[in-house]
Amino acid sequence: MDVLTTPFLTGTATGAILLLAALGLTLTFGQMGVINMANGEFLMVGAYVAYMTQQVISGAGVSIVVALPMAFIVAGLLGLLLEVTVIQWMYKRPLDTLLATVGVSLVLQQFAQDLFGAQGDPVTAPSWLGGRISVFGYEWPHRQLFTILLALAALAALSAVLKYSFFGRQIRATVQNRQLAETLGVSTRNVDRITFFLGSGLAGVGGVAIALISGTNPTLGTAYIIPAFLVVVIGGVGQLKGTLLAAWAVGVVTAFLTDWTSGSMAQVITFALVVIFLTMRPQGLFTVRTRSLA
Amino acid sequence: MTDAGIKVAGVTRQKRLLNTYGPLIGIAVLAFFLLVWAPGTMTAFRLGNLGKYCALALASMGIGLAWGRGGMLVLGQGVFFGLGAYAMAMHMKLEAAGPGGVPDFMTLYGNGTMPSWWEPFRSGPFTLFAIVALPAVVSFILGYAILKRRVKGAYFAILTQAMAVAFATLLIATIKQTGGFNGLNTFTTFFGHNLYDPKVGKNLYMIAAGLVILFMLILWQLYRSRYGELLVATRDAEERIRFLGYDPANIKLVAFVVAAIMASIGGAMFVPLAGIISPSNVDAPASIMLLAGVALGGRSSLFGPVLGAIAVGYSRSTLSEKFPTQWTYFLGALFIVIMLFLPGGVASLWPKVRSLWPSSTRRAAKGTASSVDRDHEPTRDVDLDQAEPAALA
Repeated sequence: MDVLTTPFLTGTATGAILLLAALGLTLTFGQMGVINMANGEFLMVGAYVAYMTQQVISGAGVSIVVALPMAFIVAGLLGLLLEVTVIQWMYKRPLDTLLATVGVSLVLQQFAQDLFGAQGDPVTAPSWLGGRISVFGYEWPHRQLFTILLALAALAALSAVLKYSFFGRQIRATVQNRQLAETLGVSTRNVDRITFFLGSGLAGVGGVAIALISGTNPTLGTAYIIPAFLVVVIGGVGQLKGTLLAAWAVGVVTAFLTDWTSGSMAQVITFALVVIFLTMRPQGLFTVRTRSLA
Repeated sequence: MTDAGIKVAGVTRQKRLLNTYGPLIGIAVLAFFLLVWAPGTMTAFRLGNLGKYCALALASMGIGLAWGRGGMLVLGQGVFFGLGAYAMAMHMKLEAAGPGGVPDFMTLYGNGTMPSWWEPFRSGPFTLFAIVALPAVVSFILGYAILKRRVKGAYFAILTQAMAVAFATLLIATIKQTGGFNGLNTFTTFFGHNLYDPKVGKNLYMIAAGLVILFMLILWQLYRSRYGELLVATRDAEERIRFLGYDPANIKLVAFVVAAIMASIGGAMFVPLAGIISPSNVDAPASIMLLAGVALGGRSSLFGPVLGAIAVGYSRSTLSEKFPTQWTYFLGALFIVIMLFLPGGVASLWPKVRSLWPSSTRRAAKGTASSVDRDHEPTRDVDLDQAEPAALA
């Protein structure tokens, strides 16, 4: 059973991190068509927030609990800053936004490197995350379980906000029909800002989870940004359930491929699978019917 | 016809001639600088560096075609650059090993047996053929698969970048076959010519610079052909082109394949000039570096990508050695500032400079300036192609 359970469980945990990284992307990409390549750096920011909180609050258990909302706010504010300074001027030019945010991510990486050094710093996991539980003979680390729960909680919180809150309704209205929402008195500018704040903040939360597993590193975001985008593309843009399913699938498939071949071959095969999938379903897993031509 | 009428007709004719053949003057000036001035005045070391920038410029010119004219943001040109580079490097490695020999790193990392797919690269003509054919086949298959299914815009960009990530990962993983992280280096000869001979170095530079000029001419002809018009039209209003009965996928596919071949030839020239090819020359960050010059120079102009690539290459080698950290900030800021304030690159300033020229020709031409420069600025007002954003679940 170990052959099946180990990759399945670790893959699910990887998928959970991908989900956290992709939630923010699917929100901003889905709503505004904006490609934010700096989203990976918001993961990095979240990880460093976890590290810095730990420097201030030595108790690992308390510091993680404090770090989660802190990372959300810090990364969210950075995202807001990015939206106000760069992205809002380029909504009609999504590809230009992509390159401009590549520039932002280069600057953020270098800044983190100047601030914290090129070497990564470890983040101590609290003792209640140090244990393992036995699942079908596989000693599953609590950390991975925690990541999954965190990702699911973030997803649940996000869909609750979108479904029930006033802002959520405004966001959904803007996504579905921007002009009509505007005529009904929704300030789409504000909605864009809030969406960006939420999306970037979620990446920050994901960063805390990554810090617990692999510590911090200035270039930590680069490893996640492409898989996260692939997840968004597979899941169907702006589709939370699609993102969930795609993140899980990519995580598990990569884990199984890693088990059968090697880590790098798994990446190559996953890429090939994504291309094949997209030629069959260019719109992703879930789509909303629109009258647009594309 | 009145005097004024004749004068206007003369002016427009002059203008048309200048618009058609003006770029040729520019290419001639560039050819003079690259092929006559530089070899005559520069030291061998600087000339070698300029040769490297020329090799990178070839890839950048391809990006100009695919991205500037075709609207396909290619974030993975490093893959095609790498295909050409590795093909050339494998040949030179086998040359260094001698007839029947095995490249040194294979005995170092492995058991000294050579994979069978290395064998054909012993032949020089086959290598040259592979440098063109390999990227053409790969880009055709990939482009056909994704362009025919109307994958475009950001999706296309992300897929090409994922391709670069996968390619570099694959290279690093196959250390016994491709040299892994260290790549391929320590070459001795280039088609039988000793690489340490300064004359050979100069000739290598001349080949690289000559290829740049050659592809400038090819692109110039391509841009003013009917195909060039179609490509720009596809970029600006793909759906309209489809309604007119063309298949936008085919139009874009041609640009994608040509861009891939140009990147591959650039890669092949890069290897003998730089003396090394490694995954860090072809991965996603390297692919983005190739874009920097194109964005700076002006993606849709003929001269922008070349001059931008040379400028970025030069400032990289001077700045990054003295101030490595500042260089990254500089590069990041370059992307942000160019994309925010000057999406057409430096080349988009040219029409403005030209309209300041106090000559009667230009003043008369001013009225039609916007139509003349339509190729340089992608239209933004037509949102036909922009997909309606999907709803949140």
